Amino acid sequence: MTSSSGAALLVALLLIPLAGAIVVALLRDNDKLAKQTALGFALVELAVAVVAWIDYDPSAERFQQHFSLDWIPAFGVHIAFGVDGIALVMVAVTALLVPLVIGFGWAEKLPAQRTAGGFLSLILLQQAITIGVFAATDVFLFYVLFEIMLIPMYFLIGNYGGARRQYAAVKFFLYSFLGGLIMLASAIGAYSLASDELGKGTFDWATLVEVVSNAPLSNQIWIFLGFFLAFAVKAPLVPLHTWLPDAAAEAPIGVAVLLVGILDKVGTFGFLRYLLPMTPDAAVELAPLVLVMGVAGVLYGALLATMQRDMKRFIAYVSIAHFGFIAIGVFAFTAQAEVGAVTYMVNHSISTGMLILVIGMVIARGGSSLISDYGGLAKITPALAGVFLLAGLSTLSLPGTNSFISEFLVLIGAYGPEPVYTILATIGMVLAALYVLWLYQRIFHGPVRGSALVNVAGGPGTALAPEVGARKAIFDLNGREKLVLAPLVVLVIGLGFYPAPVIDVVTPSVDATLQSVGISDGGN
Amino acid sequence: MTATHLAAQQVAEVTEVSGGLAGSAWLLVLFPLAGAAVLLLGGKATNAWGHLLGTLTVVASFVYGLMLFFSSTGMAEGERVQNVSLFDWIPVEQLQVEFGLRIDPLSISFVLLITGVGALIHIYSIGYMADDPDRRRFFGYFNLFVAAMLILVLGNGFVTLYLGWEGVGLASYLLIGWYTNRPSAATAAKKAFLMNRVGDVGLALAIFIMFAELGTTQYTEVFAGIDQLSGATITALTLLLLLGACGKSGQFPLQAWLPDAMEGPTPVSALIHAATMVTAGVYLVARSNPIYMASEDGRLVVVIIGALTLLIGAIIGCAYDDIKKVLAYSTVSQIGYMMLAVGLGPFGFALGIMHLLTHGFFKAGLFLGAGSVMHAMNDEVDMRKYGGLAKIMPVTFATFGLGYLALIGIPPFSGFFSKDAIIEAAFGEEGWRGWVFGGAALIAAGLTAFYMTRLMLMTFFGKQRWKELKSEDGRDFHPHESPVVMTAPMVVLAIGSVAAGWFFASGDTLAEWLSPSLGTLAEAEHTVIPHSLVPWLTVALSLLGVLIAWLVVGRRDVPVVKPDPVSFPVRAARKDLYGNALNEALVAKPGTWLARALVYVDNKGVDGLVNGIAAALGGSSGRLRRMQTGFVRSYAASILGGTVLILVAFLAVRYA
Repeated sequence: MTSSSGAALLVALLLIPLAGAIVVALLRDNDKLAKQTALGFALVELAVAVVAWIDYDPSAERFQQHFSLDWIPAFGVHIAFGVDGIALVMVAVTALLVPLVIGFGWAEKLPAQRTAGGFLSLILLQQAITIGVFAATDVFLFYVLFEIMLIPMYFLIGNYGGARRQYAAVKFFLYSFLGGLIMLASAIGAYSLASDELGKGTFDWATLVEVVSNAPLSNQIWIFLGFFLAFAVKAPLVPLHTWLPDAAAEAPIGVAVLLVGILDKVGTFGFLRYLLPMTPDAAVELAPLVLVMGVAGVLYGALLATMQRDMKRFIAYVSIAHFGFIAIGVFAFTAQAEVGAVTYMVNHSISTGMLILVIGMVIARGGSSLISDYGGLAKITPALAGVFLLAGLSTLSLPGTNSFISEFLVLIGAYGPEPVYTILATIGMVLAALYVLWLYQRIFHGPVRGSALVNVAGGPGTALAPEVGARKAIFDLNGREKLVLAPLVVLVIGLGFYPAPVIDVVTPSVDATLQSVGISDGGN
Repeated sequence: MTATHLAAQQVAEVTEVSGGLAGSAWLLVLFPLAGAAVLLLGGKATNAWGHLLGTLTVVASFVYGLMLFFSSTGMAEGERVQNVSLFDWIPVEQLQVEFGLRIDPLSISFVLLITGVGALIHIYSIGYMADDPDRRRFFGYFNLFVAAMLILVLGNGFVTLYLGWEGVGLASYLLIGWYTNRPSAATAAKKAFLMNRVGDVGLALAIFIMFAELGTTQYTEVFAGIDQLSGATITALTLLLLLGACGKSGQFPLQAWLPDAMEGPTPVSALIHAATMVTAGVYLVARSNPIYMASEDGRLVVVIIGALTLLIGAIIGCAYDDIKKVLAYSTVSQIGYMMLAVGLGPFGFALGIMHLLTHGFFKAGLFLGAGSVMHAMNDEVDMRKYGGLAKIMPVTFATFGLGYLALIGIPPFSGFFSKDAIIEAAFGEEGWRGWVFGGAALIAAGLTAFYMTRLMLMTFFGKQRWKELKSEDGRDFHPHESPVVMTAPMVVLAIGSVAAGWFFASGDTLAEWLSPSLGTLAEAEHTVIPHSLVPWLTVALSLLGVLIAWLVVGRRDVPVVKPDPVSFPVRAARKDLYGNALNEALVAKPGTWLARALVYVDNKGVDGLVNGIAAALGGSSGRLRRMQTGFVRSYAASILGGTVLILVAFLAVRYA
């Protein structure tokens, strides 16, 4: 076994949620204790993540806190973990969102015969595996975790979700699983290249990068395509996106936060960690294809978002648009666009996580996720309206919010090499304003109306009912909800005005990634 | 004089400062920003004194602005452009976006306008919004606006400008939609934000080009690097910046949102949609003067847009009966004058700013006067229901009257100096341009006099038509003069409307003061019509407009119901010259169809194609039932479908 200083931090980051999952699973009989324990583990994890962030020195070697032990020596497979700047920020944002998700679900009613212990155990398990995916430095280990990651999510959607949860869970699982299988084929291809080259196969990331990146273009292209399909399903890019609206709509709110906020980022993370360094020639060759998919996603997702009736499906299409921006950022190959893509991943987690949570708070009050069941909510819940608007403004990348920094970096960095795609993508800026303001005004503006807020003769689903019946007993944000949202509010504005802490951590890793594509001057 | 020579002359020396009065100028922004934070986060606890805090923060910034102004007047001309670096905002390799301030005569002029007029309108709002249970939040949004507007004008680069630019857009959105019970307010707010965003795309693309070509977005470095750029790039920059300016300033073809923005409370119309925010487009062009100096084509387009808009605004202004809409179209028209002026380059930059400042005074005063009238008339805006209010509201009448004289350009009121100078400069253009642009500006001056006189006559003179009418909520009208907290700001603005023009124009005081920012104001050597004739023509046309208005409106009773049908020109003007219809037909409708089509494609196409392939592979009937059970096959086919699509695309990329 080999390890570097700080490895204990990463070990802790992997084991704390895992241990938490086991302990919480044992506490299934006591909902309250299970919640408290789960929150305790999640907060300790967050504290360790903060320490790991401080411990990470961006100016030193790229991978830090790493350790490795043999797993399957015959195939050169290691249990090897380590973080670079990009993985670190994704680990940190995962550690940030989990306690908020637990806090959000504190008062949530679970389906019959489901316990808080079971639910939270799966959440923590999901966290442990996801952090493992970001931190894995062995390609086989990455593949295994990439597939295992689906299991808790499958049960979280399938057991705790909405009416069509089974359909959505299976759809999600099969899309991702089949994508992963194709990736496995590519990983084995890379392994055999290494085995031909070195006489001994390995799945070590750094070695595979070295070997495959020097392989002929034709080989690289097949390996690229296998990985790319798996990641493009995950991210998801148009036209591989149709699982996400169903999954996001049926998943419980907290699970949707982790699904859209974290799991999907594994796709774009994979672009950066695997596609660019391992198959740089193929990445450059096929960049136009990905850019087209990115621009298509930006416009397609945005236009569809304007037509959604259900808030959770709305989120899914908005995210498809945002993943389009990230894909453009990654495949523009400039330092600004690439740093933009990475910060976009972080900021999207924060602002979309926040948007899903406030949507969850609206649904918790009105009992419906249909937009048309609401109207004039700002009159009853002004504070919720304010936070909702802030989440929306961050979603449309208003300057002064965190998301502006990343969208701006992606576009300004992409403009130089790819002006046409960039100009098309800026249309997404206008559309984002359209769908965000439309949603906000529909729910919050005007007189109090809609069957979710007012007792009307027609009952739920009676769209646009005027204020006839008595207003339902609905309250503004409570203390717990404010506590859940406060860190996100601070981050949205704080990172909007001072994004340097994130930019500085990721820039060296981004530069290293770009060098592997043969761009050493940071673009331009 | 060649363009490059002029451009070189424009790049002023920039002094780096830290500390001292200018170095701490971020306090200017911090006061209202802190005010907004306290008022918006403090909740009901701040209800009792929120409006006072909100007003004080703006007054504090105004005082600081005055101190800056006086310290700057004592400086040598070369030292008056100061750069204050605060911190690295977005630092990624070559892109180093700095958060900093540029303190120069141009930004100080704006600071004084924003905080001075802003403070007066805040004071006025204490009275105007007194009955609104959410007055505290109103002041929170108002302070947010002032902070964002100050960032816009004080920032030392195009990205900080963009920050303020969208920040004022947000405040404008929040305030247009203030009356949440009106669906029309929500629509207007959204329309404003969206049309602004269309303009913002232009500004954003301009910033992207600057970085791609020059590797920087800071004013100092961009302006210094212009001579490295190709002519086409510079022209592209001028046009993209102009697109941004058109969005923010309600210029053709993005003018349609501004009249709708009158859905907001009247102090909002006065501060944001007349005196300050909507002039940001003029600021942008003036601030970018080294870029515009280098592109004659770019300047020409600015002039054309300005001339077109000043006519459109003036024509439509003649047709409306809604007092605020008339003033709104008047604003569109007057900003058209400013735009035309800054498009004239060295002959007009300072004139555009001068008209912007005088307009800030008298238009804010006019809006506050209109608000005072509405306040007295149960929030009625239809001038057909007014009449004979001069005796009942003497202070409002007097202050409004002075603003009116300033706007229609009667000497010696302020609008005369600033507008006449622009018309003269427009006639100074060579050949047909002089005739066309000067002529347009001259005709619009006549139209301005017509619609404003019509407004005056319908509101303050004639029969008291409201005596026999009720407001929409069934109440009788009992007009009364507004309280002192409202009339006092109107008086101050009226004084400005009287004196500002003479003060700015005498001895070219303002132009000289602005020269470190905008270059020396040039005067055309010959105009297409004699120089000395222009003021006479302007005044004559204005008086003609007054006369016609009196003949049409003043001589007989105004019908309470607006006449219909009317001749085609009036009908077209009432329909905003079909601007909205055009937007609807060209953008909104096709966009909705496209989105609907995509929903169909997404459900039936992408997902359906997938399910269809699955069914075909199964090769049997009863597909729906099978689909439910045939998940694996279905999604295997789905991945296959996507893969095939991508492979085809890949082959196309590779071998095309």
